[in-house]
Amino acid sequence: MRPWPVSYVLAAPVAILAVLPLLVLLDLGVGADTLWDPHWLDVLGQSLALAGLTVVGSLLLGVPLAVMSAYVRLPLRGLWLPLLAAPLAMPSYIGAFTFYAAFGPGGEIEQLTGIPTPELRGLTGAAVVMSLYTFPFVLLTTRASLRGLDASVLDAARTLGLSLPQALWRAVLPRVRRGIAAGALLAALYTLSDFGTPAIMGVDTFTRVIFVEYNAFGLSQAAMLSLHLLVIVGLILFLESRFGTEQERPGRTLVVTPGTLSGAGMMGLAVLVFALAVGLPLALFGIWIARDGLAGFDPMTAVNSAWAAALAALGAVLLALPVAYAALAGPAGRVMDRLTYFGFGVPGIVMGTALVHLGLRVPVLYQTLFLLVLAYMLRFLPLAVGAVRSTAERVDDNMTHAARLLGASRWEAFRRVSLPLTLRGVVAGGALVFLEAMRELPATLMLRPTGFDTLATELWRVYEAGYFGRAGVPGLLLVVISGVALVLMVSGERGLKAGLAENKG
Amino acid sequence: MLDVRNLSLAYGQTPVLADLSFSLGADEILMLVGPTGCGKTTVLRTLAGLVRPDAGEIVLGDQRITPKRDVPPEKRRVGMVFQDFALFPHLSVIDNVAFRLSDRGPAHEWLERLGLTALADAMPERLSGGQKQRVALARALAHKPQLMLLDEPLSNLDAALKDTLRWDIRTALKEAGVPALWVTHDQEEALSVGDRLGVLNNGRLEQLDTPEQCFSQPTSRFAAQFLGEAAFVRGHRDGPVVATPLGSATAITQGASGEKVDLMVRPDDLTVVPSRDGNGVVEWRRYEGETRLYAIRVCDGEALRVRTNHELDLAVGAPVHLRISSEHPLAAFTPEPAA
Repeated sequence: MRPWPVSYVLAAPVAILAVLPLLVLLDLGVGADTLWDPHWLDVLGQSLALAGLTVVGSLLLGVPLAVMSAYVRLPLRGLWLPLLAAPLAMPSYIGAFTFYAAFGPGGEIEQLTGIPTPELRGLTGAAVVMSLYTFPFVLLTTRASLRGLDASVLDAARTLGLSLPQALWRAVLPRVRRGIAAGALLAALYTLSDFGTPAIMGVDTFTRVIFVEYNAFGLSQAAMLSLHLLVIVGLILFLESRFGTEQERPGRTLVVTPGTLSGAGMMGLAVLVFALAVGLPLALFGIWIARDGLAGFDPMTAVNSAWAAALAALGAVLLALPVAYAALAGPAGRVMDRLTYFGFGVPGIVMGTALVHLGLRVPVLYQTLFLLVLAYMLRFLPLAVGAVRSTAERVDDNMTHAARLLGASRWEAFRRVSLPLTLRGVVAGGALVFLEAMRELPATLMLRPTGFDTLATELWRVYEAGYFGRAGVPGLLLVVISGVALVLMVSGERGLKAGLAENKG
Repeated sequence: MLDVRNLSLAYGQTPVLADLSFSLGADEILMLVGPTGCGKTTVLRTLAGLVRPDAGEIVLGDQRITPKRDVPPEKRRVGMVFQDFALFPHLSVIDNVAFRLSDRGPAHEWLERLGLTALADAMPERLSGGQKQRVALARALAHKPQLMLLDEPLSNLDAALKDTLRWDIRTALKEAGVPALWVTHDQEEALSVGDRLGVLNNGRLEQLDTPEQCFSQPTSRFAAQFLGEAAFVRGHRDGPVVATPLGSATAITQGASGEKVDLMVRPDDLTVVPSRDGNGVVEWRRYEGETRLYAIRVCDGEALRVRTNHELDLAVGAPVHLRISSEHPLAAFTPEPAA
């Protein structure tokens, strides 16, 4: 038996740590007196209703916009895709919070313009908000499939007598069914995991009820519900893994030049969606700051957010390095790598439940910042692993062998060759974790030490107190952070592609 | 300088290296040839310390390495040139070449010797294949290895480049005075560059000798066929002389003890002349520029290839006489049992 590579030895404990929340929940669930409460059928119904409505909404928005961004030649060509993908970078609870405050009798819109608007709450409100923030999943997967299609099939359909919309409907969309389905499943997954929106809109989904149980000291019920939710999430993840993308022989991509009117219509739709998802929150936060000023904002919340997020980013990157290298070292390493992806499927509220229980079991950890940081690390570890691995993949084995043969020790070869070559991934991964952790709400609510307020929990407090004016500064900061995350993701992808192209040349 | 004794390695049940032994002199270049999967790259990786053998011993300078007393790659002072060059993409040419040198003198020296001085500050991605190859060579040599390993160093390059580069590399290795093990699957490269030649088949050294000996006196049918076109003619042995339907020749028998032997003939061991009552006809012909290659079907069986001067122009189907005209002894083998 050959000795394990160093990366395995370091990655194995990380992989075990990553599935720790599940073990904790099982431990907690075993002690629960009720496996199933009839009341939970209602919870299941509400959860599925919200997920279903959100899928419908995100399809209605995502598919037409995907066709537009894939095929239609519009002015300001580079603008539309980032504009439409932007809502993905925003946590949906920001949307829920602002929609909750803006609409209805006495809402901000009526106060400002005098125009009465219908109330947007409950299942409808939550579905509208979730659709606005999840349709980019559908947009992106559908667009990717559409771009892979050969235009000549559509041309053939048109020579056979179909109009352009008919041809799109009959000869194009059926070929990207899997792309659309993949996006829809992602939207459903995100909706089931989301805490903020149903909580604010008052829909009794799993995530909201888990939080209610937790607050009522029903930790074992919370754990049981968490396990049920995990099963559903696991089912969806399984379904998603079954959907491959269509593979067609690549060809010329269709380009459609629209008439002035239809072009303006499409751009109008894109702008409207962006205005609702990003513009409305920005405007409200701006108005609140103008009205209430900066008073009442405690800068410590921003400092706390940044501090906890920075610790999480650092920790996640340190844990991600051996995992990424192990994933490239062999099959056992790939299993460890897969295990660390567990955190991605675990909703924040479930992660919170698990670690609260861990804190009760191991009193040293109870109410410590460490536990909160650990929750961030485990949830966002996949982001760091993915970023590090994608750059580490470009480091050829022969490169480290060459360094060793020139006389460098294992450590020196890592420090001088592998690390510099993966540094970009390390920085990108760390930044992504930092930005995600800054915005995390449910696990933060459950795990923060007493008196430790962050930007996200501040927003929650404002919502509970009903004094929306105070949300201006933290809300605006959260949107700005989201913007930075989006820019980073987009530029990271581009930079990586440019770098690869350069290597080929 | 290098002494390899009974090196063996198996992946599961599949033997990769089988009881391999050879040694290398002070500045000797040994070419290792063999078909894909014969284990030639594994030999290099074992010597480099990247793969640990199951059994055997490697004596490298004053180090004695066995599976139990392993020496890590960085302690072996072995230079390696990889098939894909493995330059560090984040370091300039000079930083690559001087990777672990505190004194950069030798790095600059090697860059100059290999004509790379102007590229010292360039990044690897800007270099052509041939330039990368030279940088990889300079990097290995500048670190003063006691043994050089070259893993198909020319296989990723254009044919036109190969010819000059192979001599540049040989010259550089000789100047450095380092023994080298050079793996290739190109027979022309194998025959022309090295001092000695090893033919590897299924992890076993079939023959280890000078290129001339390997080519003209192969010790196995495999070695005979791998290094160039070879055909076998059935004959009867009488003392040192073997009589065949194509004439007689002196032969060196390779383990053949019986009276019946197979005589190995290469296309230039034969002569063909037009003849009305000859022993064969032209089956096909190929014009090669300076020479022509003919396939002659001899009355009683297989077509033999013969290379002639380009001025001899024979039509397909023409009757000819084919005979052995070699002046040097030919290799003779025990006939293979009919399949």
